[in-house]
Formats: sequence, C-alpha cells, structure tokens
Amino acid sequence: MSEGLSLDEATIPELTRHFRLQWEPAQQSHVLLFPEGMIRLGGSAGEIMKRVDGKASVGAIVEDLEKAFPDADLRADVVQFLKEAHAKGWIRPRQSR
Amino acid sequence: MQKAGSVPGNPGNPLWLLAEVTYKCPLHCVFCYNPVDYTTYGRELSTEDWLRVLRQGRELGAAQLGLSGGEPLMRDDLEIMVAEARKLGYYSNLITSGVGLNEKRIAAFKEAGLDHIQLSFQDSTRELNDFLSSTRTFELKQKVAKLIKQHGYPMVLNCVLHRHNIDHVQQILEMAEAMEAEYVELANTQYYGWAYVNRDQLLPTREQIVRAEEATDRFRQRVGGKMRIFFVVPDYFEERPKACMNGWGAVFLAVTADGLALPCHEARQLPGLTFPNVRDHDLRWIWRESPGFNAYRGDGWMKEPCRSCPEKVKDYGGCRCQAYLLTGDAANADPVCSLSPHHHLVTAALEKARQPTPAVEARPILFRDDRNSRALSKTPL
Repeated sequence: MSEGLSLDEATIPELTRHFRLQWEPAQQSHVLLFPEGMIRLGGSAGEIMKRVDGKASVGAIVEDLEKAFPDADLRADVVQFLKEAHAKGWIRPRQSR
Repeated sequence: MQKAGSVPGNPGNPLWLLAEVTYKCPLHCVFCYNPVDYTTYGRELSTEDWLRVLRQGRELGAAQLGLSGGEPLMRDDLEIMVAEARKLGYYSNLITSGVGLNEKRIAAFKEAGLDHIQLSFQDSTRELNDFLSSTRTFELKQKVAKLIKQHGYPMVLNCVLHRHNIDHVQQILEMAEAMEAEYVELANTQYYGWAYVNRDQLLPTREQIVRAEEATDRFRQRVGGKMRIFFVVPDYFEERPKACMNGWGAVFLAVTADGLALPCHEARQLPGLTFPNVRDHDLRWIWRESPGFNAYRGDGWMKEPCRSCPEKVKDYGGCRCQAYLLTGDAANADPVCSLSPHHHLVTAALEKARQPTPAVEARPILFRDDRNSRALSKTPL
C-alpha cells in the first residue's frame, strides 16, 4: 500500500482503486463512493477532489484552484486536505502503469 | 428542540437501495436474517419491475445499490440490472455466497459495470463452513475468491460470527490475508429471522467476544493498512442500542423479492403496518407519503424512556424490529438499551448462552430451507 509516500508539489495524485467520485444532484454535492460506503464532500473538498484526475500534480491542482478562486490563499489548505485524503486512503500517488 | 430521526412528511433522500432480488438460495445458513416465512411470499418482481425500481431510486437520490437476496445469482437477469445500475450512476455491490459465480458471469458483470463483490464465508474451516450453510461450498468459495481477484474487483470478505466460529477469528483473518482481501467484515450475528430462531445456539459469550476483538486488534497491528477490518460487535452486548438504519426512513430503502418496499429489511414482520408494493406505487410516494415509511420517523411515536431521553437524537430508540421481536411492541425502546424496562430479556438470553452446551442443544438448530420455512410459517415465533 502507500505507507511512507508523501505528497509533494510534483506528486500526481489519483483516486484509490475502487473509489469513484461523482456529482449527486439530489445532494447538491460531490460524493466519494466505495464498497458499501459513501462520503459526502463539502463544497471546497469537492472542488479539490474533482481536480484529482491522475494527470494533474499537486502543484497544478493548487494553481488551477487559485485561478478559479483568486481571492483566497489556498495552498496550505489544499495541501493539508490532500494529505488527509491520502491518510484516509481516498487518494494515492499515481501508480506506474 | 432537536428532533430525533428524519421528519415525517419531509424526509431527506434515501442514499441506499437494497434490492433483495430473490429469496431463493442454495445455502441454508442457520444465521440468515431473511424472514422465516419466505416460502409464503408472492411471485418475484420481473426484470422490468426491477429496472423501474432502479430508475426511481436513483431519481430520489440513492447512490449505493446492494444486490442481495437470498442468493442474487439465482436471478439470470442480474447482469441486466447491473448494467442499468451503472448507466444510472449507482455504485453497485453484489452481496453473494459465490455459488453460481463462474468465469462467464463474472466477466459479464465486469462488462456491465459492477463495482464490487462481497463474498461471504462461514468459517476458515471446510467442516464448519459446510456445516453452517448445510452445503459443500468451501472449495467453491476459494475458487470464486480467486476469480474476484483476477477480474480486478476489490476483495471484500464477509464472515458472520457466532459462538461456533468466533474463536477462529485469527484463522479467518489469515485466510482473508492469503486471499489478498482489501476489506474484511467480521459481522457478529444480528438476531433476526433465522438467527433469532436459532439464537440460543448462536449467541457467543462475552469472553468469546473479548478474545475475538483482541485477536482482531493483534492482526490489525501486524498487517497495517493493507487490509481494512471491520469488527461489528453484537448489539446484545452493548449498553445502548444501535442507531438502526440511521433512523427509520432516513437513508435506507429496501425492496424485497416480491416487491414490498421497506425502511429496513426486517420490517415486514411488524404488525399493524402495511408496506407498499413497488408494483402499485412509485418510490417517491412510497418514500415520502406512505404511512409505513412515516410510521417511526421523527419522535412523536416514542414512549418512555426514549421520549424524554437526551440520547434519542443519537440512536433513535434503537431498532423497531428488535423492540417488536423481544417486547411485542415496536414503539418500545430497543431492549438492548440498559434504560429499557425490558432490558432483562436481553441479559437473560446472554445468561442462557453461558449455560453448558447440552441444555442449549436440546432444541435442534434450524437450517434455513423451504421445509423449515413452511413449518415456521404455521407456528408463530
């Protein structure tokens, strides 16, 4: 699994296998789906997670969010959230294919 | 004041749809939660009925779909349901004994977009697995576990625990590790349906549970994050009831093989409530308006000690079906709660479980099969 790996600017995160992110109109939020479970993501968590696509690096995700929300200083919060998401097993550094 | 449970007339959305697509099952497990009188139910829903239910459930907001039974693989149209579920955006979970899951079907499920297969085992040993299910299925399950891996599904193993296998928790976990399971559910028996009939033969002792939890913790420490292990404590041993279904009609919607829509898979046994059939009503009306789904929403129905209890917002008074099963009134507090005036019914059952085996074995263990179902349908519990 993913112990010992850290997320730095260059890391490209992806959703952990068997997790799915989707927009739920009925809940007006993004949710993360996995075997027999579901996590409802708040607005900012949804904005971050929908940019985790296995292509963008942590740095690129931050940049893209700063473009979308220019008034906020987001970097620290975004990196912190991604670290937590990693610790919870929602995301992982992209695996070599 | 904060209300307990979802509000009648204005509930939230169902998030979980459990489709019990059939009550047919090749296994005869003694702890099955299915209703004991399943042989008396009407005909199964058609494929078209199920596709309509899936669409209506999704429109209401359900995102997780459980395909269960009985053994859901007994339906040969399951692939069609899975494909529709994927198209609609469900995360679909197949909950199976593995019997009937061959190479061809598992490939078809993958193609159709099934997200996850939960495979049940009865024990780490062939003898007990086969005895408890009254079938020879141990090797077959091992083969199915390999197929699940080969086809790139997450490996989720479920083992229902009770007095006969709970001392094997370490071996069960080692078996799961050898199968490279990502998730393991050690689910202590919940005493409904067949398990309730067999309760005296199945209840473990408190010491057994403590040992099993310790073994689970040791195993967790050894394997670290590669395997997630859920140990579900049996509620009989708790001081407070479970927040059953997260509240009546709050997030969970079950549809039975014969089309009844239920707020909990045990609810059809409750007297005085009529649950709607999906052949007659759409799920929106059923979820929002039907008397059955509104019966125990909010807290207006509660009696003491629940009514004035500060914890009612946390546990909603526990499980209505358990309250009915043990006290004869579904509006009573779940007797698992130590504040319930009926709590002695639970402690008495636990005390009985501590008695030496012969006294308990005087009544034979009942396997879940059609013959026993017909017999139990005539004699009320």
